Amino acid sequence: MIKPSDNRKSDLKLIGRPMRKVEGLDKSTGRAVYTDDIVLPGMLHGKILRSPHPHARIVSIDTSEAEALEGVHAVVTGRDMATAYGIIPWTPDEYPLCTDRVRYIGDGVAAVAAVDEDTAIRALDLIRVEYEELPAFHDPFAALEADGSIPYIHDAKKEGWNGNVTKKVKLEFGEVDAGLDEADVVVEGEYFFEGTTHAPIEPHCAIGLYEGNGKLTVWSATQVPHYLHRELSRVLEVDPAKVRVIQPLVGGAFGGKSEPFDLEFCVGKLAMMTGRPVKILYTREEVFYSHRGRHPFHMKYRTGATADGLLTSVDAKILLDGGAYASFGLVTTYYSGQLLCAPYQMPAYRFDSTRVYTNKPACGPKRGHGSVQPRFAFEVQIDKLAERVGIDPIEFRRRNFIGSNTRTVNELRVTSNGFLECMASVERASGWADKFRKMPFGKGIGIAGSTYISGTNYPIYPNEMPQSGVQMQIDRSGRVAVFSGASEIGQGCDSVVAYIAAEELGVPLDHVRVMRGDTDFTPVDLGAYSSRVTFMLGNAAIDAARKLRRLIQEAVAEAWEVKPGEVLLAGGRAYWAPDTERQLPIREAFNLAEAKFGTLGATGSYNTPKDVHGEYRGGTIGASPAYSFTAHVAEVDVDVETGIIDVKKIWVAHDCGRALNPVLVEGQMEGSAYMGFAEALMEEQIFKDADHGRAGLHNAPSLLDYRIPTSLDTPELESLIVESIDPEGPYGAKEAGEGPLHPSIPAIANAIYDAIGIRMDRLPFSPPRVWRAVEAAREAGTLTKPAAPQHAAVPGAVP
Amino acid sequence: MSTGRAGWEEGYTPTRPGIRRPAPSNGRTSAERLVLRESGRLGHLVPMEATKDIVRLRVNGDRHEVGVPTHYTLLETLRYALGLTGSKQGCDKGDCGACTVLVDGAPTLSCITPVWEAAGAEIRTVEGLATAEGPHPLQDAFDLKGAAQCGFCTPGILCSAAALLDWNRAPTREEIREALSGNLCRCTGYAKIYDAVEVAAARLRGEEPNDSTGGSEP
Repeated sequence: MIKPSDNRKSDLKLIGRPMRKVEGLDKSTGRAVYTDDIVLPGMLHGKILRSPHPHARIVSIDTSEAEALEGVHAVVTGRDMATAYGIIPWTPDEYPLCTDRVRYIGDGVAAVAAVDEDTAIRALDLIRVEYEELPAFHDPFAALEADGSIPYIHDAKKEGWNGNVTKKVKLEFGEVDAGLDEADVVVEGEYFFEGTTHAPIEPHCAIGLYEGNGKLTVWSATQVPHYLHRELSRVLEVDPAKVRVIQPLVGGAFGGKSEPFDLEFCVGKLAMMTGRPVKILYTREEVFYSHRGRHPFHMKYRTGATADGLLTSVDAKILLDGGAYASFGLVTTYYSGQLLCAPYQMPAYRFDSTRVYTNKPACGPKRGHGSVQPRFAFEVQIDKLAERVGIDPIEFRRRNFIGSNTRTVNELRVTSNGFLECMASVERASGWADKFRKMPFGKGIGIAGSTYISGTNYPIYPNEMPQSGVQMQIDRSGRVAVFSGASEIGQGCDSVVAYIAAEELGVPLDHVRVMRGDTDFTPVDLGAYSSRVTFMLGNAAIDAARKLRRLIQEAVAEAWEVKPGEVLLAGGRAYWAPDTERQLPIREAFNLAEAKFGTLGATGSYNTPKDVHGEYRGGTIGASPAYSFTAHVAEVDVDVETGIIDVKKIWVAHDCGRALNPVLVEGQMEGSAYMGFAEALMEEQIFKDADHGRAGLHNAPSLLDYRIPTSLDTPELESLIVESIDPEGPYGAKEAGEGPLHPSIPAIANAIYDAIGIRMDRLPFSPPRVWRAVEAAREAGTLTKPAAPQHAAVPGAVP
Repeated sequence: MSTGRAGWEEGYTPTRPGIRRPAPSNGRTSAERLVLRESGRLGHLVPMEATKDIVRLRVNGDRHEVGVPTHYTLLETLRYALGLTGSKQGCDKGDCGACTVLVDGAPTLSCITPVWEAAGAEIRTVEGLATAEGPHPLQDAFDLKGAAQCGFCTPGILCSAAALLDWNRAPTREEIREALSGNLCRCTGYAKIYDAVEVAAARLRGEEPNDSTGGSEP
């Protein structure tokens, strides 16, 4: 455990400075190796046959013609891998390939391995599948209200639930109804957050290799190699000691590669059947259908406040449209409520969330898992409340600030909290005081805040082992090798362990080698999700490095006949603190230590606190060792004639605890704000209905038609780092990869209101939708700039 | 509900300036394989019988003769026949720009360019930007400024940016945005990419931008 005193900045030599990434030049020269760049001798190519029906029984599958085609080496169907799996151990409801039922257009039913891709595609055409079509559920309300007259999508999870329900969570803290009764103002709102998908630029890809000795190796573009390892072993019935998962560099993930997918099981099984390596690369269309992205949320909020602008009570009812499988849905259902209770003090809070299945690709975790949708609704609610009581929305948020070293109403432990500094930063940088309600009609500015977890205290499968481990080894050349099982998906975790090794052991950064992403030789890290990596991996790396540092200090101290604590390691040398003229190259220091202690290596690990959560069912979900905080201000121009919204700029202030490398932190903040902007204005993972093609067919499964922003679409972004120096984070660091996405969307919504006086409560704010809202307001005579609040903000105030 | 097209108007045709799109060709390309058919072949049509033929290419200054299926694209040829895996396939139909290479100096979508159309041209890929002296200033600047997060779009963006800097050593930020508008990046929000292009442009003009992010500095 890192002690607070270890987080002082004055001690740090490298940490906090702009630094390059360990693989940065590989990526800019084309040398970086991703899964599809790998070719193995004798490799076959696989393809997956997918369901054309949103809901159907599989009556029969005849693979004989496909198997007879020259060049085809194996065909596999669901019955060959009939073990149910699911990323959440309590909800295993899918199979690598469907066994008896397909549940969305695109569900996998069979896979082939052939000498080349062309032959594999031809073979798919020869597989005869007989389906008995079933009525499909496309709408979550219809799925929820189903009476069993047509088959549910799954078997009932619980007595009394219909088979379309994945999970129901209802939690209440404090006196919610009394709080609403006592409130001077109550705002009721109904919101809809459209589903969106991750769209990493790298499509999913996997390669299987089965050796004669029973060893199975799978290369995969996954962000959870450890969970993949476990599920491959279980489903393919291979001893986990004989399964190896190698994770090449991953070309983006954003939550879209955080559970096992059909292709990973298929390459494993096909390799076992053929004795040949097998590769499957998704087409872009398959990436859209594999999905696991942001759930569509239908949300209702009632929020009360006093005339002084203090929240009294929050009541939420949410329906999550989950798609065909559970995925992370159990957690999503909890997160839809659990992560809302900061940065504002809520005396009372209730949420009632239900996730239902529909016959669409499964939803799962996307950057800001489960909490981006309610944050949109709630920050708009706050804006509405602030207006009702006549208080500037920044001032309103300040008055409700929850503070640091406190507990939320749902008993989450909050330690460091830099939210007020975040608000002050964006307020100052954006020129808020001169703009809010003061710009001409059509121009607006809006604020929103948020919080997010830095990892979860409880792992996905219950166990007492560390959440992250690192091994370090020092050699006689002065080099440090770090073995890290963390998932480099572009966020820079391989670099973080290198920075820490260099910081602690005094070697130049380019003397650190990071050996990564291979379950055969790297310690377990649970994966790149829930913003856990910097916090947990960083602490594990510090633990390992400091064990080695002590050995080196001791050996040098013995040679110099001084105290070990007086030996400093920095800048490629060992120094004697009282007289830094006394020094020697770090390589010689390492050699002294190796001579004294033998071959030098150490392991380090980190585990989360397990004693800080609410004592109620679900109280562990949302419990994190630390919380990040964010505030955004967005400025927009609204063209009321076309409905086009031009986001001029987003100011992003984020409390990341400490920026270990500000370049990487800014990159996460900018990328997050961009992605939130995209969800606000452009992106929607939607499906055709019977009137517009085949029901359940993806509306736009391409990177042109699913509109992700180009450089010309993306607004100017300004990142403002806030450092609260967390007591338990590595050097005080917290997360930066997901939190900064949240406020983009409500900040834009609130800015639109400031511009034209219209509340956009349904996403995305696309031109037709905005234009229709403008026309309605014009007709009602309400199309006008809203009035300024009586109580302005005190600029930069930090009470 | 989440069906129907609530987004952009029907018939809206976005344009992507910057990258050259080849004219429609009789040769089969990956793009044509992307149809979901009633028979359930999601993501691919059944290909024709693939026969191979020899194609002559000049890539990064080297001459190659290589046998590829007749429907191969330039990207497939580079990646799977020549082992030049730096150029990436992100969308398989010319939408994302990750496959961008330079054909006679012009940024070109290699994933929808039938390989035959590139025969005889001077092709340059991300692997050909560096010289014996070291990485191209753009490559170093991308590393320096954190412009490559996952790195998958990076090779294509570098090719588009290299073409820009070939004719304009002092591009404005607006000109950079325009030149890169055919290359989708999902990680960075583009901000660090603009910074990197500006640093590289300054270096190519002979100015050394002031920056302390050293690789070997302790």
